[in-house]
Amino acid sequence: MSHSSEDVDALLPLPAATFHILLAVTQDDRHGYAIIQEVEKLTSGELRLSAGTLYRSIQRMLEQGLIRETRERPAPELDDERRRYYRITPFGAAVARAEARRMLDLVRIARAQGLNLGKI
Amino acid sequence: MRFHSLLLRLYPKSFQNEYGHEMRSVFKAGRREVSGVLPVLLFYLESIAELVQSAASAHRDILQQDLRSSFRLFYRSPAFTITAIVVTALGIGANTAAFSIVDFVFIRQLPYADADHIVKLMQGTGGAMGATNQTAPALYRDWKATASSFSAMGAYYGSSVNLLGKGDPQRVDRAAVTASLLPILGVQPARGRFFSETEERTGAREVIISYGLWQSQFGSDEEVVGRSMLLDGNPTVVVGIMPPDFHFPSRETAVWTLIPPEESNDADRTNTYWVALGRLRTGTTVEQANAEMNVIAGHLDEQYPKGDVKSGVVVFRLRDEFSTQSRLLLFALSGAAVCVLLIACANLANLLLARALTRQRELLVRSALGAGRERLVRQSMTESLLLAIFGGAFGIALAYAALPLLSRLVPNSLPIAQSPTIDFRVVLFAIALTALTGIGFGVLPAWRSASKLDLSGLREGARSGGGRRERARSILVVVEVMASVVLLISSGLLMRALLKLQDVDPGFKAESVLTLRTALPLPKYDSTALRVRFYRDVLTEIRAIPGVSSAAYITGLPMSMTGGIWPVVPQDQPSASVRPSGASSRYVTPGFFAAFGIPVKLGRDISDDDDMSKPYVAVVSESFVKKFWPNQNPLGKNFKFLNVNRTVIGVVGDIRVRGPERTSEPQVYQSDQQVRNAQSSFFYPKDLVIRSTLSTATLVPAVRRIVQRIDPQQPISNVKMLSDVVGDVTAARAVQVRVLSAFAAIAFLLAAFGIHGLLAFSVSQRQREIGVRLALGAQRGEIVRMIVRRGAVLALAGVIPGIVIAYAAGRAMQSLLAGINPADARTFAAAALLCGVMTILGSVVPTMRAVRVDPATAFRAEV
Repeated sequence: MSHSSEDVDALLPLPAATFHILLAVTQDDRHGYAIIQEVEKLTSGELRLSAGTLYRSIQRMLEQGLIRETRERPAPELDDERRRYYRITPFGAAVARAEARRMLDLVRIARAQGLNLGKI
Repeated sequence: MRFHSLLLRLYPKSFQNEYGHEMRSVFKAGRREVSGVLPVLLFYLESIAELVQSAASAHRDILQQDLRSSFRLFYRSPAFTITAIVVTALGIGANTAAFSIVDFVFIRQLPYADADHIVKLMQGTGGAMGATNQTAPALYRDWKATASSFSAMGAYYGSSVNLLGKGDPQRVDRAAVTASLLPILGVQPARGRFFSETEERTGAREVIISYGLWQSQFGSDEEVVGRSMLLDGNPTVVVGIMPPDFHFPSRETAVWTLIPPEESNDADRTNTYWVALGRLRTGTTVEQANAEMNVIAGHLDEQYPKGDVKSGVVVFRLRDEFSTQSRLLLFALSGAAVCVLLIACANLANLLLARALTRQRELLVRSALGAGRERLVRQSMTESLLLAIFGGAFGIALAYAALPLLSRLVPNSLPIAQSPTIDFRVVLFAIALTALTGIGFGVLPAWRSASKLDLSGLREGARSGGGRRERARSILVVVEVMASVVLLISSGLLMRALLKLQDVDPGFKAESVLTLRTALPLPKYDSTALRVRFYRDVLTEIRAIPGVSSAAYITGLPMSMTGGIWPVVPQDQPSASVRPSGASSRYVTPGFFAAFGIPVKLGRDISDDDDMSKPYVAVVSESFVKKFWPNQNPLGKNFKFLNVNRTVIGVVGDIRVRGPERTSEPQVYQSDQQVRNAQSSFFYPKDLVIRSTLSTATLVPAVRRIVQRIDPQQPISNVKMLSDVVGDVTAARAVQVRVLSAFAAIAFLLAAFGIHGLLAFSVSQRQREIGVRLALGAQRGEIVRMIVRRGAVLALAGVIPGIVIAYAAGRAMQSLLAGINPADARTFAAAALLCGVMTILGSVVPTMRAVRVDPATAFRAEV
């Protein structure tokens, strides 16, 4: 599947859950519960995804081609073999980047308007 | 855990299959992290809320998806879509309309408080539908004093009065009641109060008026209560106004007055004109009340012996009083509606099945791409439900449009409004029907075709339609044909009955005769001389109107007044050994026979000279002569009738007093001048008949002016053409025949369409086979025979059971058929012929298509 920049733009802005899930699987393949834990860790406990939200998001993200299921598995002793692992796709990475840039731009605009954001 | 699995079922099946296991493990992991009663409880509560919400949005997503694709599909195949919607609309419309009437007449409670406890008490032995008779005041008094089954009992009788309030004088329906009557119904007056027992004893001149009269006559004036108006010339005080939807005893009743004490105290036990109404005590059944009343009737028979005549009492719910004919008309209507729905459903199922087959490839592709069977079925369900919803909405609109026509089937004897309303219950019924149609006839085929998906079907050129599916479709078509045969024959039989009844010669010429009523009030017109002067003045002036050829007065028009039957004792046959036979009595002014178009066969008409100074005269009908003096000259013979000896001065043709369906008694006509004073309204004329070439629009105002000039307080009412009076007798039937014929026509079209659809489909599926046959040297004639035979077999398979069922239906409604044989050969032959036409119509196009098959092309498509 090839995607153009319009495809990327069509998905923006991303729902918060989608963005966080993308970030959670950017570096490593993860299964569902691991994604929930990773998101919680990355947001310092601010966001704890529920199972329903997670899998409805995963379903949609699979359809949109943002992530895919992987066949590679960790060492068998660490794994429940029926678990599914998800990995970000190049398209997913592009969308995540675009979303991050969009937010960055917003931050810039806010600064330019003299909004004091404190130390980031 | 089990609890969580249960919650997971809220998700769409496809989602469950895909992620159920994962979600369970996430849930398990989450649960392990919390401990302590409160946190665990909180965890569960959060999970529930979260799951329910996310499951709902998962469903919503799929619904949106399916709706979008359904609409795309409808848009791409408009013919299919429109057909399916129209078919559903017809089925649901017919049934909604039928249900709204049936519900209104049979099911819904009468609009009184605790209506199941309100009963009528009549003299008689045969139950509510048997021969019942009203009661006499003295009898009612005994019943009321002795019976313990009732918490209250009252009585009434219907009549009409001349009303003079504001505006023109008016003739209105009145119920004379005991003070105890209205409270039994449990409906409070909208303004004012009921009558009191004291007022009943003293005979207070008071009236309670209907809401409609209050609006029309008094312009909803709040000050009316306490005011006085003239009823039959007597000043009467308005004490109450009933609420808008209160009807009792009939829907026309406009005023309620107290029965005067002299009538209440009447000791005569044979003068039966009261109707008794009771409210059953809580816990008392109708059966118990009947048992008690029959014991009481037995005692009364011993106390006041009437020879060997036993008088029973029948107690029945107010709700159960309407004629068997009304009941049958409505049953036939419902049966026909069910037939139409059956056909519509079969057609819809056929349409969807056929489409499922043509879409098989699409379904296969989707299923190969991983769509579960459940997902495919769900998509089909959304489609068929959507079609059903559109059809249902149109159906309700159709039913709404049909109501004014159908409301003529509401029996007049029930104290309810003329026309039912499409209310919540009816809409609920329509929705249930819609859902049933959509699910039953959309999903089942979808499920079946999805379950049989077989990837071998993906191979190019696989055209097998599947023998079983074709059989299912054939059965559906056979059912359609069968139901339409039943409808065709039933409506045919009823139509023949109607034509036969309309063909019956009533014995008079009803065309160009206007009738209207000037009912003279008592005691103002107690004197016969006064009345006669009124008639003569009115008639003289009316006859002078250019275009009027004759005019006269009579006590009651045939058809609308069927009563007034009295015993006859001929003087030369004094033996009272046989029970005296009855004849129908009418008082007329001279010129009546000419105005009504009844031929005078012998002797003369009543004349102006036949007054009280002369012997009592009578004109009798031919059947009267045939019955009492066969083969003799009846002129000059005497007979005792209404306590007086009368001499026959003339013989006229018979008329059908009781309408075309019933046998009428012989008729006796007496002079309007030979009536002793102050008798009841049965004995002096009130109906005016005018034969003229004028239109109603010119004649009625002229008559109104004349009556106004002669007595300014005298209203005219019941303005009607005589032909309409005759037509009204068969009006309910005519409506029913129209409705049934419409149903039958719909059924016929749908069935033809069904045959066409099936044959067309099978031709397109068998194109290759036909091509092979042609290539192998088959003649086109053989192909035609093959297709037509197929259609004929389908038709025959439906016609035969259809005829059997139609015969059974005809037997069940025999009493509606006016003597037409339920196995009427002509009707059955016509229906069979129509089915033949239907088969041919349905097979024409498919046959042409088959004949045009080019063997070469048929083969090429396979390569």
